[in-house]
Amino acid sequence: MAEQDWKTSKRTFAAVSLPTLFWVVVFFLVPMAIVWLYSFGENRGLTEIEFSGTLENYKRATEWLYLTIFGKSFAVAALVTLICLIIGFPVAMAITFASEKWRPWLLLGIMLPFWTNLLIRTYALMMLLGTQGFANKGMGALWEGTSWIKTLVGLQPLPTWEPVQLLFNNFAVVFGLVYVHLPFMVLPLYAALDRLDRSLIEASLDLGAGHFRTIMRIVVPLAAPGIIAGVMITLIPALGAYLTPDLMGGTDSQMIANVIERQFKKANDWPFGAALSFLLIYAMFALIAIQSMRKKVPEVR
Amino acid sequence: MTETAKPIIQIQNVSKRFGKVTAVDNVSLDINAGEFFVLLGPSGCGKTTLLRMIAGFELPTEGRILIDGQDMAGIPPNKRPVNMVFQSYAVFPHMSVADNVAYGLKIAGVKGGEIKDRVAEALDLVKLGGFGERMPDQMSGGQRQRVALARSLVMRPKVLLLDEPLSALDAKLRAQMQFELSELQEKVGITFVTVTHDQDEALSMACRIGVINKGEVAQLATPSDLYEYPSNRFVADFVGSVNIFEGKLTLDEPDKAAVDCPGVGKIYLNHGVTGPHGADVWIALRPEKIYLHVPGEGKAVRAAAQDAPDGYNFARGKIKGMSYLGDITLFEIELESGARIRVSRPNLSRHDQEDFTWDDKVSMHWRADSPVVLLG
Repeated sequence: MAEQDWKTSKRTFAAVSLPTLFWVVVFFLVPMAIVWLYSFGENRGLTEIEFSGTLENYKRATEWLYLTIFGKSFAVAALVTLICLIIGFPVAMAITFASEKWRPWLLLGIMLPFWTNLLIRTYALMMLLGTQGFANKGMGALWEGTSWIKTLVGLQPLPTWEPVQLLFNNFAVVFGLVYVHLPFMVLPLYAALDRLDRSLIEASLDLGAGHFRTIMRIVVPLAAPGIIAGVMITLIPALGAYLTPDLMGGTDSQMIANVIERQFKKANDWPFGAALSFLLIYAMFALIAIQSMRKKVPEVR
Repeated sequence: MTETAKPIIQIQNVSKRFGKVTAVDNVSLDINAGEFFVLLGPSGCGKTTLLRMIAGFELPTEGRILIDGQDMAGIPPNKRPVNMVFQSYAVFPHMSVADNVAYGLKIAGVKGGEIKDRVAEALDLVKLGGFGERMPDQMSGGQRQRVALARSLVMRPKVLLLDEPLSALDAKLRAQMQFELSELQEKVGITFVTVTHDQDEALSMACRIGVINKGEVAQLATPSDLYEYPSNRFVADFVGSVNIFEGKLTLDEPDKAAVDCPGVGKIYLNHGVTGPHGADVWIALRPEKIYLHVPGEGKAVRAAAQDAPDGYNFARGKIKGMSYLGDITLFEIELESGARIRVSRPNLSRHDQEDFTWDDKVSMHWRADSPVVLLG
C-alpha cells in the first residue's frame, strides 16, 4: 500500500516531519529554554545575566502584589470567557440551524474580523468607545432627543448630557477582550453543535420537553466537548492578553502580561520577567491538565 | 383485527410542499385505533414526511390531521399524544438506559417511585430488564432500538410512530424484530404507524398497508389484498415480483374475460373485469403462479385442470437465466417473440433444481384466477 508508506517507513516519516520539528525546536523550544534558564538567573550589569540557579525571582513573583495581579488576570479572563460563552452559544446555535444557503455567509461573518490586524481593530474599538466616540455621541443624541420630547409635552428637560467614560477602565478591557475572543468561542461551539444528531433534539421534543429544557438537558451536555474546547481556546489567550489592557485599560487595569512586558523593557529585569512568564505558563499547563483529566462524554456511533 | 374500527388518526386532504417540490399530494386516509398500520413506498415518496407531520415536526401546507378527533393544527410535537421511534433511534448518548426511558416521565411530572416502576416495566416489555444502568455506547444497535421503543412506550401514547425501524439491523435480527414488533403491538394495544421501504417488512407486520407513490396513496389494503389484488401497475410492481404484459381486452362477461397480449399469448380469466371492449389493459402475473413443464407434458397437465379453453394461459419458451436461491429457483424464460417471463419454482425435493438447465425448451401454464387485470 503505497499511500500507507509514510506511516510505516521511518525515512518518509522523518522527511515529512523534520522541517516542522526543526522549526519548533530552533524557534520555539530553544528560546523558551533560554527564558526558562533566565528565570533562575541574576542581573550582572545592563546586558549580562548570570545563571546562578537562584530561586529569588520566583520568590519575588509569588509576592502578594504579583499574586493579586495574577488573580485579577484570571478573574478578567474568566469573566471574558463566560461572556463569550453566553453570547457565543446562541450565535453558534443560530448558525447551526440556519439554512444551507446562509450558513457559509454567517461563518464568514464570524471570521471576518481576522482579516484585520488586531491593533487596527483595537484602535477602531477605541474610536467607538471614546468620550467623543460614536457610542457616546449616539447616546447623547438619544438623550437630547428625549429631553426635547419632554419639553414638547411640557415636562422639565433632562440635565445636559455628560459623556460616559467607556474607555481606559476595566469595562473597556473586558469589552475589548470579549470583542477579540468571541470568534474563538463560536467556532468550536459551532463545530460541536453541527455534529449533533438532529433527531436527538426531535426525540426530546417528542418526549414532551420544551425548547429550553431540550437545550439544557440535551444540547448543552452533548456540546460539552465543544464548550470545553471553546473555553480553553478563549481563556488561555485572554489570560495572556497584553495589547487590549495596554491600549484600552486604565491605570488600575493592568494584567499580568503588561507586568511581564515592563520587566523585559522598562525595568530591564529579564530574570524576574522570565519567572513571571513561567508562572503563567505553569498555570496554563495546570488548566490543560485539568481539562484532559475530565470524564469523556461517550459518543454513540 | 380491530373490534372497533374507530379512526385514531384522520389525515384529511393533506399536502406538503417544500418550495416547488410537492412531497405529499392531497392525501386522505384514516388509521384505526389499535391497528398496525404501515406506510410503504420507495425512498423519496413522501411517506416519512407524512409521518413527521403526524408527529408535528413538519406542518401540512394544506389539509388537516386529527388525532383522536382533535385537530392538531398549532399543536407542537411536545404536546401531541404520539411518540416516535427515530430511524437513528436517537437514544441520548449521555444518559443511562434507565435515564433515557425516564426522560419523558420526568418532564411529565410523574412521581419518582412511579417512574422507577414504569421504567422497569417498559424495559421488561422490550426484553431489556436489568440493562437500566448501562450506557448506550455499551449496547448493540438492536438493543439501542429497544431502548428507543421502551422510551416511547413508557409514555403510553395513543399512537406510536416508527420511522424505518428495522433498516439499520442485519437480516437475521430484522426478521426477529418483525415478529417482536407485531407481538409487542398486540400486547400493548397501542396503534403503531410504521414507515418502511421494505415490502417484506410491511407484509409481515401490518394489519393494513398504505402504499405511497410520488406523494399520493397508490393503494390502501391488507397485506394479502395488496399482493393478490393490486389495483395498479405501480403497486403490482413495487410489492413483490411480477410479470406485466400489455394487452387488449377481447372478452368481458360477468363470469369470464380474455385479454390478448401480443408476444405472450391469450390470457383467460374466470371472472369479469369492468372495462370497455378493446381497451388497453395490463396483465400482472406473479412468477410463483406460473407452472413450468418439459414440452408436451404441460398441455396435458393444463388440460387436466380444465379451467381455460384450449390455446389460453399457455406459453412456450427457452430458459435464458436461472438463479438458485435454496428454497426456490428463479427462471428467466424467453418466448419465441423475444418477450421474457420470470417464473419461480419451489424446490420441493433436494433434486428439483436439477430438472431444468440453461437453454432447455419449456412450456408454462397458469390458472385462470391467477392473472390480474390492471387498467392503469
